[in-house]
Amino acid sequence: MADFQTKEVSTDLLIIGGGMAACGAAVEAAYWAKKNGLKVTLVDKAAVDRSGAVAMGLSAINQYVGLKDGENTMRDYLDYVRNDLMGITREDLVASIARHVDSSVHLFEKWGLPIWTDEEGKYVHEGRWQLMINGESYKVVVAEAAKNALGMDNIYERIFITEPLMNGDKCVGAVGFSVRENVFYVFKAKSVLVALGGAVHVFKPRSSGEGLGRAWYPPWNSGSSAYFTLKAGCEMTCQEVRFIPVRFKDAYGPVGAWFLLFKSRATNGLDENYMQTRADELQNWQPYGKVKPVPANLRNWLMLLDVMEGKGPIFMRTEEAIANIADKYKEDPKGYKKKMKELESEAWEDFLDMTISQAILWAGMNVAPEEAKSEIAAAEPYFIGSHSGASGAWVSGPEDLQTPETKDEYFWGYAHMATVPGIFCAGDASGASSHKFSSGSHAEGRIAAKAAIAYCVDNPAEPTVDQSVVDDLKAKILAPLDTFAKHKGYSSDDTIHPEYILPKMFMFRLQKIMDEYAGGVSSQFKTSKALLERGLYLLDFLREDAEKLAAPDLHELMRCWENVHRMWQAEAHIRTILFRQETRWPGYYFRSDTPGMKDDWLAFANCTWKNGEWVMTKRPVKYIHESM
Amino acid sequence: MPSFVINEKCDGCKALDKTACQHICPNDLMVLDKDLMKAYNCEPEMCWECYNCVKICPTQAVEVRGYADFVPLGAAVTPLRGTDSIMWTVKFRNGTLKRFKFPIRTTEEGKAVPDGGFDTGTEDLKSPVLFTEPGSSGMDSIPSLK
Ligand SMILES: Cc1cc2nc3c(=O)[nH]c(=O)nc-3n(C[C@H](O)[C@H](O)[C@H](O)COP(=O)(O)OP(=O)(O)OC[C@H]3O[C@@H](n4cnc5c(N)ncnc54)[C@H](O)[C@@H]3O)c2cc1C
Ligand code: SF4
Ligand code: SF4
Repeated sequence: MADFQTKEVSTDLLIIGGGMAACGAAVEAAYWAKKNGLKVTLVDKAAVDRSGAVAMGLSAINQYVGLKDGENTMRDYLDYVRNDLMGITREDLVASIARHVDSSVHLFEKWGLPIWTDEEGKYVHEGRWQLMINGESYKVVVAEAAKNALGMDNIYERIFITEPLMNGDKCVGAVGFSVRENVFYVFKAKSVLVALGGAVHVFKPRSSGEGLGRAWYPPWNSGSSAYFTLKAGCEMTCQEVRFIPVRFKDAYGPVGAWFLLFKSRATNGLDENYMQTRADELQNWQPYGKVKPVPANLRNWLMLLDVMEGKGPIFMRTEEAIANIADKYKEDPKGYKKKMKELESEAWEDFLDMTISQAILWAGMNVAPEEAKSEIAAAEPYFIGSHSGASGAWVSGPEDLQTPETKDEYFWGYAHMATVPGIFCAGDASGASSHKFSSGSHAEGRIAAKAAIAYCVDNPAEPTVDQSVVDDLKAKILAPLDTFAKHKGYSSDDTIHPEYILPKMFMFRLQKIMDEYAGGVSSQFKTSKALLERGLYLLDFLREDAEKLAAPDLHELMRCWENVHRMWQAEAHIRTILFRQETRWPGYYFRSDTPGMKDDWLAFANCTWKNGEWVMTKRPVKYIHESM
Repeated sequence: MPSFVINEKCDGCKALDKTACQHICPNDLMVLDKDLMKAYNCEPEMCWECYNCVKICPTQAVEVRGYADFVPLGAAVTPLRGTDSIMWTVKFRNGTLKRFKFPIRTTEEGKAVPDGGFDTGTEDLKSPVLFTEPGSSGMDSIPSLK
């Protein structure tokens, strides 16, 4: 076996991941841990200053409810999420996050995040729930508070968390390895808070040359949350609810400012506005079709119908939006000039703060948005339960947000705890609570962390770890290095060898299966029972070949495990689409053999991996809303 | 070739104990060639063009060339990140230049106080009220169903 030292770290609460949810968890946990004499440890595969989906920055905070000024009520937010997800949502969780999210946003401001304000000092909104920020350093600022709360001694960077550490059915920590030195890490903990983000590159991206990495979602989040919770035996929910964002084509620059702030339209190659020409189609998706704003997946769907009929390309009418603004300043050329300068800077900042590639693309194509329209398109599918998808672990809601009807179903002792005691989840790791975004993920991290500390206080027994389990995990995790070392040099090119597969090719095979059988870009997001079953059949071979993954170095060892994590996310996805015998989010995926919504599927499709088997469970949707 | 390192400018961060670009890349792409003392992007097709290596390099040795499979050549987007603001220069293929300056933070670096100056409203570990609440929420109490 590869020569690796083993380092053991014992702690009370282990936070895995260093993104928005984990940073929220760190500040909250640090406070309660200190009061109770407990230790908190955080582990990230990267550097927390710039890790996760906010690594580049963001140009908006997408969840701010505005409770203190009565801008909206919690009920308004519940309505919005319920409709956008076509009824499938855990309102107890959405409410749990909504009542704390403003609090996280106010902290960001104190920590130094510049949030735009108007002349009266009120936050400037991009849309009803979105706040405009100068967000280049959003993650740096949020990470700084987390680091100051925990102290760098309790933060481990560049450690790739690979597997849960189990003692029978109980999770007693996590194991992983350093991507910088030959060290295998064993973290023993009373409670683990999972915040390892969502997954990209499960499906084949549209660009597959140099642009392979330019997915909308960052290539470094590889399904580790789903893998960790599945392997620990947690029940999972909404694994079918992928997210497909419509963005500027290829560079995936944000469209929010253009649609919401500049009131731009999108039209097809024939200058038709599909939101008008296809309005009748919305009748087929009632009651959600009549809601304003039209749910994201239905907007996608109307656009996709045009694309499938060959009516593309689809354009964002930037030139028209700007002309409309100019029109309002007809009598005031000076005011117009000032306004245009402002708009130009806002439009470019939107890209530069969060998708710099889009700025390069516009500059490379000499785009002057006031003159030329720009193409938009549906990206490949992603797993991001914090955004407009919903995949994640099935977690308990807080007690005080249950109704007599929901309590038995949705509450089991600690807020945001998974079905395996001691495992807590937040952000992309927790499911059925979409639209929490960066701010809500941070808030959820805080809620889960406080509950996790309570769990540690109530369950003070030291975790017991079976050494043979650790030894087996170590051998298994390092195996790709051994495989490479054993076989290298046989072929004149070590990338091609009959006995092993390198992680990149493994990833391409996974992506091809998902793209062609599970409704990726090249199948226009369509699939069926027969296609999904064929996909599972092909995945079986891939799972067998995972034993033959090979890694020449630590970086590639991480790539091997990232792709194993993706493969599990993929299987959970296929099995759940198969289980749900209807089409509920047509703009995310369309099951051609079960084309419409069915009343008996206003329910959660959950899955658990238990004793080597996938167990599928249907759970009722129960709202807390009417009783609020 | 997403991010790339200009040989002439990279000094391998010789003054530091680890190279800045390698420390910061969220996808573990930057590697130092110890013989040449030059950094390089080891997997350009896995680069997100997040610019973190560009922003952090002390010698401005890292730049980004847009993904060749869909970006026409000739453009350059260059940041200069200070302690409280960032300056961007956008060069178009046709030579047009645009400059933008945006604030990045309102507090001194390193000084974020975890509680943000808000008092703790509860000592009860079992209450849903978080450690800076209700102060940080701006309300008297946290809403519940009851
Ligand atoms: C392109 C894009 C634009 C967005 N725009 C906005 C916006 O404008 N406004 C908004 O509010 N929200 C926006 N969001 C959503 C927001 O970024 C997410 O909701 C939020 O980051 C989720 O937080 P998280 O902690 O779950 O995941 P992340 O913040 O992604 O953190 C995941 C963490 O896990 C770590 N990790 C992953 N795998 C491992 C492993 N195996 N071992 C150790 N560590 C690991 C990562 O390094 C990272 O630190 C956007 C997201 C994307 C992708
Ligand atoms: S940060 Fe700059 S100078 Fe330092 S190793 Fe990287 S490219 Fe070279
Ligand atoms: S641009 Fe970002 S992803 Fe690419 S090498 Fe630099 S830090 Fe890494």
